[in-house]
Amino acid sequence: MSREPQLLPNGRVLRYSYKERLVHWLAGVSYVYLMLTGLSFWSPWLFWIAVVLGGATISRELHPWFGVVFVIAVVLMHQMWSKQMKETPADKQWWESIGHYIKNEDKQMPSADRFNPGQKLLFWGFFWNGILLLISGLILWLPQYIPWSLRFLRYGAVIVHPICALLTIGLFIIHVYMGTVFERGAFGSVIRGDVSRAWADEHHHTWFEQILRDAEPRK
Amino acid sequence: MSQASLEIRAISGHAGSVPGEGLKREFEVCKLIDTTTCIGCKACEVACLEWNGLSFSETTFDNSYQTMPDTAWNYWNLIKFNEHEREDGSLQLLMRKDQCMHCEDPGCLAACPADGAIVQYVNGIVDFQQDHCIGCGYCITGCPFNIPKFSPTARKVFKCTLCNDRVTQGLEPACIKSCPTGCLHFGTKPEMKELAETRAAQLREHSGFADAGVYDPSGVGGTHVIYVLHDASNPEAYGGLPKNPTIPVTVQLWKKPLKWLGNLAIIGGIVGVFVHYLRFGPKIVEEDQKAAQGERR
Repeated sequence: MSREPQLLPNGRVLRYSYKERLVHWLAGVSYVYLMLTGLSFWSPWLFWIAVVLGGATISRELHPWFGVVFVIAVVLMHQMWSKQMKETPADKQWWESIGHYIKNEDKQMPSADRFNPGQKLLFWGFFWNGILLLISGLILWLPQYIPWSLRFLRYGAVIVHPICALLTIGLFIIHVYMGTVFERGAFGSVIRGDVSRAWADEHHHTWFEQILRDAEPRK
Repeated sequence: MSQASLEIRAISGHAGSVPGEGLKREFEVCKLIDTTTCIGCKACEVACLEWNGLSFSETTFDNSYQTMPDTAWNYWNLIKFNEHEREDGSLQLLMRKDQCMHCEDPGCLAACPADGAIVQYVNGIVDFQQDHCIGCGYCITGCPFNIPKFSPTARKVFKCTLCNDRVTQGLEPACIKSCPTGCLHFGTKPEMKELAETRAAQLREHSGFADAGVYDPSGVGGTHVIYVLHDASNPEAYGGLPKNPTIPVTVQLWKKPLKWLGNLAIIGGIVGVFVHYLRFGPKIVEEDQKAAQGERR
């Protein structure tokens, strides 16, 4: 983790550093463009999205390049967060109590570290689907260079790409819902970077305790 | 390549109805290629280049009559030469004029996401409309015959039009007109099918080709270009003519069950989070709420 002081002078807790926020929004903006243009190619009933975004020819040209940007952001996120996203034995308990989480009975949830198991699922879901989207996407980007004898690569790509995209859309819907309207305080944390002490204590107790321990002056 | 809109039977990437579906009484057209009387003169190739005004391409030499390995975005009609050794050891030079097959159930059209980029006319011709093409190349993947070709300059995909511009004016396609041996025929599908079957029977009964037959593959609903083959049991010998062509299974899965499943899942997800909010509301940390209320007072 970064060595910046986590307890801010204004009494709040630093949750996401400047770099983390920047990379998150690099991924976020590129993903939204990819999802919208991808959906326009997915169904004739959504083809109008490409028209709104400047025409389907432009969408087809830019979609792969935005894909490259998204993959770069995912690689950076992996560098920053993969250690903290590792599954731990305590995660099982968290998933068993997921009912309480859904019903906002957060006091009955086991203590979570910097990222709770739900966030870990989101991260690894985007990471692995991102890799599969990259591989299948490269084939769909330049299908004319795939020789006829290797056409099975194209046949695989046209089914892998939409399946992985749909899985990420599922994650995206839940992520945006939770990050904006559902979990109050979460959106600010990825914009300004900080959360209240009470928020940190309630949602990421283990993480907050570690911050308090780190902040104690050395004796 | 004008879009005679009232004669359209199917449109790629299209939401809603199709203008010509079931409206016009029109004959289904068909091109018949009798490979047994083809002499490989390539007049059809030249006629295609001339009529369509296509640019010239480099040729290759590979110790055969084959001037290039495959059709190209600016070369829609190519005779494939194949030296085939029969079971009795004798050699056969098989020549097959390769071009778009104009499938009844076209894989290119099924795979295409661009509204109106591929249309199928009531007469069976499948035509690319480059002004609507977005250059994604999904048609390349949808086609079981390796026909649509991407132009790196235009960044669009091109293929044989079955001389749609000539056919709508009552003319036969350019390749048919140029054939000196009469191995190419053009007419309605039933007529051509009958002619092909007559020729195949003749080959079986009088010319010693016991397996002669007609190639009109049912896997793509039949085609509007059909072949008479000396050996219909082995179409692969004619330079990669697939025995039972179908739209690739993954394209079918993607365009049918996955589409429905995906759409339901997306709508379900959006409705789900909305209902969840109505039922449980936001997650608010109590102390934060108190602090916020304190500030307001």
